[in-house]
Amino acid sequence: MGIDVFEIGVNFVKMIAIFLMMVQIVPLLVWVERRGSAYIQNRLGPNRVGPLGLMQLAADAVKFLTKEEFVPKRGYPFLFYAAPVVAMVPAALAFGAIPLSSPVMVEAFEWMGQHWGPYSFKFQGYEIGIGIVFVLGVSSLAAYGVLLAGYGSANKYALYGALRASAQTISYELAMGLSIVGVILLFNSFNFAEIVGAQSAPMNFMLFGKKVELAFLPNWGIFYQPLGAVLLFSAMFAEANRLPFDLPEAEGELVAGYHTEYSGFKFNMFFIGEYGHMLVASALMVTFFFGGYTLWPWLTPETVAKWFTGMSLTQTSLLTALVLHGVFLAKVVLFLWIFIWVRWTLPRFRYDQLMDLGWRTMLPWALFNTILTAVVILIMRHPWGA
Amino acid sequence: MSQLLPVLILAIFIITFGCAMMLVSSLISIKAKKPDPVKDETYECGIPSDNSGDTKISIKFYLTAILFILFDIEIIFMYPWAMTYGDFIAAGYGVYSFCVMAFFLAVFIFGLFWEVKSKALEWE
Repeated sequence: MGIDVFEIGVNFVKMIAIFLMMVQIVPLLVWVERRGSAYIQNRLGPNRVGPLGLMQLAADAVKFLTKEEFVPKRGYPFLFYAAPVVAMVPAALAFGAIPLSSPVMVEAFEWMGQHWGPYSFKFQGYEIGIGIVFVLGVSSLAAYGVLLAGYGSANKYALYGALRASAQTISYELAMGLSIVGVILLFNSFNFAEIVGAQSAPMNFMLFGKKVELAFLPNWGIFYQPLGAVLLFSAMFAEANRLPFDLPEAEGELVAGYHTEYSGFKFNMFFIGEYGHMLVASALMVTFFFGGYTLWPWLTPETVAKWFTGMSLTQTSLLTALVLHGVFLAKVVLFLWIFIWVRWTLPRFRYDQLMDLGWRTMLPWALFNTILTAVVILIMRHPWGA
Repeated sequence: MSQLLPVLILAIFIITFGCAMMLVSSLISIKAKKPDPVKDETYECGIPSDNSGDTKISIKFYLTAILFILFDIEIIFMYPWAMTYGDFIAAGYGVYSFCVMAFFLAVFIFGLFWEVKSKALEWE
């Protein structure tokens, strides 16, 4: 994690801060979801506690903590308690691997009579060289939390919900994994930072072996992989168990699905898991297809750093990182709003329709996208006549 | 290995965080005065709950899981290929790399087609 106490300490605090940021976004998203759904349905939503109902979040937290502990008599207490904790882990681990802004450089300095630095801190929980593979692997662990909850509750509704959820998650993981192959083909990298770096340039591609540059467009993945982006985003809805794919908790059939027996803070942890998945999905969409934390041509690490000339390297890079983090968050919030918008707009699928869509529609389309991308890249990048 | 150490530390922190929150919640939560056998029952919509505990589940879920493992491994095999494809093209071996993967994809597509044909994906 680092070579000396300062670097290890900063990296540790940074990692915990990013996890806590994810946890803190959840109540805010719940508030946005309730106010947003009210807005869509021409209601008011929670507006009594505090300004705009924002203190509702604090009231909810108090309620979660003071609610009675309850374990069903026939359930398995260990599994029942372990499930919400396990449900929280995958989303948080995946979110830690996504770069949230440009790195912060710290110049060498003297402190407590010792020389420190120079350092370079990445603006993310931890850097993984093969970030894409890591995120895919970790986020597929989400099925375990759900299965533990369903089995540990010893309730048939919970069990059916858990089975549906895990079958749905793994089915859509195929389409998700395959639609990412197009992105890897395009950028030739498993590394998020490299993918973002490639997208911060003006649009440039090879046309029959010759380099073409279009200066008025950013080099975003969405222009090369529109089908892949749509497939990935749809599969993400299923991964996060959101409407229109929220069959695991279809209340007309399954009461509340795998969290039927849960209440209080244990229920809240499932919520953190679900909203964490939405956050990871939005962050992945932004990183793969919408330029990550850059907004070419106005906001790249180089142009933003020019705003802060005359300051030390530490201050410049820190301020740059904060500005670009704002850009990243703005894009992520846009996708989170689409998640909420879709939930209150589309009706739910039937289960056979859901499986059909995953296996017989999205998987072939993702295959088609992969083959098409490979063929086009081969024709365009082949060194003709060289 | 050193790349994955922070992941382990964060996982341990999250588990500790979750357990601590549940502990705090169980300490400060308001408890019901007297035990109630009906309340401790498994949830059911109004009728006496089915306590047999051997809920039957469809074999389809098992089949889906097996098919998933097959196809997921095939997709994972495509990742290293996608990663090196650009280098192969730049070196002039793009057609070779594409044909190798085309053969692999043909097997993949044949498998998917056969699976659809044999009605392994029919849910009713």
